[in-house]
Amino acid sequence: MYHAIVFFPLIGALVAGLFGRYIGAKPSEYVTTACLAFSALISWGVFFDGTDMVRVQVAHWFTAGDLTVDWAFRIDRLTKVMLVVVTSVSTLVHLYSMGYMEEDPHRPRFFAYLSLFTFAMLMLVTADNLVQMFFGWEGVGLASYLLIGFWYEKPSANAAAMKAFIVNRVGDFGFSLGIFLVFVLFGSVAFDGIFPRVAEFKDTTFHFLGYDWNALTLACLLLFMGAMGKSAQFLLHTWLPDAMEGPTPVSALIHAATMVTAGVFMVARLSPLFELAPNALIVVTVIGGITAFFAATVGLVQNDIKRVIAYSTCSQLGYMFVALGVGAYAAGVFHLFTHAFFKALLFLGAGSVIHAMHHEQDMRNMGALRRYIPFTTAMMAIGTLALTGFPFTAGYYSKDAIIEAAYASTRPGHTLAFLCTVIAAFFTSFYSWRLFFLTFEGHARWAGHGAHGHDDHAHAHAAHGTAAVAHQADGAPGHHEGVAHDDKGHDIEPASHSAVEHHDDHHAHMPHESPRVMTIPLAILAFGALFAGVIFKDRFIGEGMDAFWGHALAHGPDNHIMHDMHHVPALVAALPFIMMVLGFALAFWMYIRRPELPGALAAQQPTLYRFLLNKWYFDEIYDRIFVRPAKWLGVVFWKGLDGRVIDGMGPDGISARVVDVTRGVVRLQTGYVYHYAFVMLVGVAALVTWYMMTGAAGGAH
Amino acid sequence: MFGLGILSGLLIVPLCGAAFILTLSGEERSVARNARWAALATTIVTFLLSLVAWGRYDATSASFQLVESHAWLTESIRFKLGVDGFSMPLVLLTTFLMPFCIGASWTSIDKRVKEYFVAFLVLETTMIGVFCALDLVLFYLFFEAGLIPMFLIIGIWGGKRRIYASFKFFLYTLLGSVLMLLAIMAMYWHAGTTDIPQLLQHRFPVGMQWWLWLAFFASFAVKMPMWPVHTWLPDAHVEAPTAGSVILAGILLKMGGYGFIRVSLPMLPDASQSFAPLVFALSVVAIIVTSLTAMMQTDIKKLIAYSSVAHMGFVTLGLFTLNEQGIQGALFLMISHGIVSGALFLGVGVVYDRMHTREIAAYGGLVKRMPLYAVAMMVFTMANVGLPGTSGFVGEFLAMMGAFKANPTVAFFSVFGIILSAGYALWLYARVIYGALDKPNLQGILDLDNREKLILAPLVVLTIYYGVHPAPILDVFAPSTEALMASMKAALSTTQTAAAALPLAR
Repeated sequence: MYHAIVFFPLIGALVAGLFGRYIGAKPSEYVTTACLAFSALISWGVFFDGTDMVRVQVAHWFTAGDLTVDWAFRIDRLTKVMLVVVTSVSTLVHLYSMGYMEEDPHRPRFFAYLSLFTFAMLMLVTADNLVQMFFGWEGVGLASYLLIGFWYEKPSANAAAMKAFIVNRVGDFGFSLGIFLVFVLFGSVAFDGIFPRVAEFKDTTFHFLGYDWNALTLACLLLFMGAMGKSAQFLLHTWLPDAMEGPTPVSALIHAATMVTAGVFMVARLSPLFELAPNALIVVTVIGGITAFFAATVGLVQNDIKRVIAYSTCSQLGYMFVALGVGAYAAGVFHLFTHAFFKALLFLGAGSVIHAMHHEQDMRNMGALRRYIPFTTAMMAIGTLALTGFPFTAGYYSKDAIIEAAYASTRPGHTLAFLCTVIAAFFTSFYSWRLFFLTFEGHARWAGHGAHGHDDHAHAHAAHGTAAVAHQADGAPGHHEGVAHDDKGHDIEPASHSAVEHHDDHHAHMPHESPRVMTIPLAILAFGALFAGVIFKDRFIGEGMDAFWGHALAHGPDNHIMHDMHHVPALVAALPFIMMVLGFALAFWMYIRRPELPGALAAQQPTLYRFLLNKWYFDEIYDRIFVRPAKWLGVVFWKGLDGRVIDGMGPDGISARVVDVTRGVVRLQTGYVYHYAFVMLVGVAALVTWYMMTGAAGGAH
Repeated sequence: MFGLGILSGLLIVPLCGAAFILTLSGEERSVARNARWAALATTIVTFLLSLVAWGRYDATSASFQLVESHAWLTESIRFKLGVDGFSMPLVLLTTFLMPFCIGASWTSIDKRVKEYFVAFLVLETTMIGVFCALDLVLFYLFFEAGLIPMFLIIGIWGGKRRIYASFKFFLYTLLGSVLMLLAIMAMYWHAGTTDIPQLLQHRFPVGMQWWLWLAFFASFAVKMPMWPVHTWLPDAHVEAPTAGSVILAGILLKMGGYGFIRVSLPMLPDASQSFAPLVFALSVVAIIVTSLTAMMQTDIKKLIAYSSVAHMGFVTLGLFTLNEQGIQGALFLMISHGIVSGALFLGVGVVYDRMHTREIAAYGGLVKRMPLYAVAMMVFTMANVGLPGTSGFVGEFLAMMGAFKANPTVAFFSVFGIILSAGYALWLYARVIYGALDKPNLQGILDLDNREKLILAPLVVLTIYYGVHPAPILDVFAPSTEALMASMKAALSTTQTAAAALPLAR
């Protein structure tokens, strides 16, 4: 049964990938989607059955000395939660892609990648040991690389794909070292061999890079580095916004609902380890808090509809890590669960908008779409409500729980995390409603409705404020959001079939509602975004929590956070709601009532505006301190070290002398063969001679 | 038959094939055709014969098997052959890769075809000889003799700068081999035999071990190649014909590693332990420096050549960790790298045969016209990057894990390799395969033909198969590794007790 959940997507991927060109696009879509739907069905069945923990051996992987690694599933409640999230969202995204990718000639490849991703993700969440988890971890990285670069003709997509893979490898640097350290300590990489013995190593120290570390703290920090890469946490977040180069369904599945939450899953899975490494948890809390705040600030000013949601994802992942950091693992996983619904909904909704606008992604060129695509608008509204934590929607329960837990915690760093998450809640509400208003309300700013956006500064009437100022402030027409822009300065999502043809040509058409195959998944996700919180809150974080989780999450004996968080002052409990209302009000005022304000504000604070618009200049800084020096070193090592020093002193220098001697004596090529054979023979002769001499001497004894 | 065992057969069959090809005469085209088919048949027969040997091999034992010994130079320098867990997989790798090399040379070699295949078959004999030899003199003879055909292959059928490349190859290896010869003589002088099984039991004095170790190191390090004596490799690769590169990367580079595990570690344990820090340092430098160098290359083959040096850094690192994970990881990486780098060079050969250039800048967007090629190269690239699920992962991971056990700091630096390898490999892929197909001369490029599919498909399958199920290879190494560890541990502890018992002697 568990085998079926994990391997059906692989079968789908293989069928579509290997035979897609023979069976055609439609059958490939049906096969992969059917496999996924089947897998999702079983997952829900497994989710509701009561077994606590099962280990399923699949096969042996490898053994070296005392290291044994198996292919095996560990199915406990945490895995089951992940199984339903992954398979459900994946099924819906498969379905949605049938409509969204309709014009693309490479659909079999696309669906094969999607299913491959799902397989890798399922291997990750069912892993019974760290190495298999690493397999899934890198596997989803590969799928993400392939899907971000799906439109391979676009240089920006290639660059984004590479960036995603390499930045994730930086995280994996830590992950690998973490696995090694865990192995050295426990002599095992299987969770069954690690968790029961964690307490033995509570005070062990480990000497590493000149310091004596607490071994568990070091292991957790290294492993967390992997989580930071995969979950796009502060410092290793730079790949996530660029990953929006991929088709929008990919963003929904991989870069919102599932893959990016792998880091959260990992920390939750290793909670027995982290629970005894409180110092590592402080780092988790602080990084989570900073990410929540930082990403929210950048989200405030982005103009690309997908990038706003991408930064929002980054920020929400920060929330989850805050929950994990203060020990409220259940709250973190609960937010992971609800977030999957509403964030996938938002992305797929954005995809529907982009589809309606013929691959336009710049919100400055949207507006007033409510009248044209009412269903999508309604779905986006639901997603926005859930994200901002409107009472009784999914986000309301999970997000408020995190903020309360951050307040109730007594660990160092919790105050910072609390403040960050509260402020981020305000920003979240603001940018979410900004997105909504810019896209669906106000004036229509797309072609066919007057001037074409920012190509025409002179016409910059009130609604264009943001766009116009962006140009003035930066000098050039918006090339600063990354690599993903065409010469007009807005993001494009051209499919490989028609890199040039859309835009002006298509803009004359009216926006249109998406086909049924795309709207049905939206409706299902909207249901989840509205009701997942109400339905599941008791099980995840409420009364039924202990029975629900069993032993999947480790709350130490002194960890009462899940209890304390229900007893915070009323003001604290109300704070997220207040922040949400304030954010909504401000957005309403700035984008509906006084649409000229944003532009004026940006003009008044150009430094701050550009700082945010350019994402705190992380890409530029990393380029300076990592990318360019690495390339420079590469050239120096090649031309300087290998070329001049080693070859110059060694073979070239010597050969220059040798050539002087031998020139004219023998022809170069054959000459050296003979020399060579000669030297060898001389050697053998010398050896034999030596033997004869000593042998003779021995005989004389 | 004639008192010869199956290992002798492995040495003789390629030679017979070579002799047969030499006798071919007549019209040039038919000679070339016959030579190709004869060479292919010979390599396939050799491969099948090696499978028979594999069938008779008992993988659970650590001792030398299929041993045969014939009188040779003298009574004690004998023609002695045998295989154990370290050498058996390498023999199989050699015989396995040879048919692919012949296949890759099918159309691209058009001058002196007869001589070319003769050189290749002789090369095969010498390579198998290195891995089977159980006498140091015999080992030395094969080790060095193999260079002559390789030298000719680069020098005659190579690219524009083939003279320079073969010349550099010659200078480097000459230096190493002379020292190795001296060391073998010294060993003989001390132990009275060159028989490898006997030498494995012999204990050399610690002071002497140092000199012997350094002398062997000079030879093996060049062969690996280790930084900083690696600069012959990029040139040799660039100039060699495709099949030459495959053999160079796939087999010849493994001789250095094999030398370490056959001679340095078991016969000179004290020196190996003392010099381990040196090897660690060179390995880490190789991993980081050559990875960065690889990133900036403009020639596809040179890039892969530099990446080979980096991967060999993991091999030397793993071998000298002196623990099971490190050693088995290093050995597995040798096999995996043999398959993967061989496949990468074959892949480069595919486009080189079409476009006659290896410049990265001359390509771009190949996936559009060559989807199958793109898939195969993606698999090999990912194996080169060490993605779990490909054979590249297991070896690298184990080697680094062993390194972490032996010395966490060294492991810390070596893990940078996984970031940098992603950098150079993906960048290469992005520039050659992805992107827009806008170069006019690429518009008509064709995807893999049947011969190329036949060559690349088995390698794709094996790369993934050994990533998911590495046990068939890894378990062969295990008994020999265990035996090696036990003997080294015994040797090292007696040295230590001896040192402790004689405090006054210092």
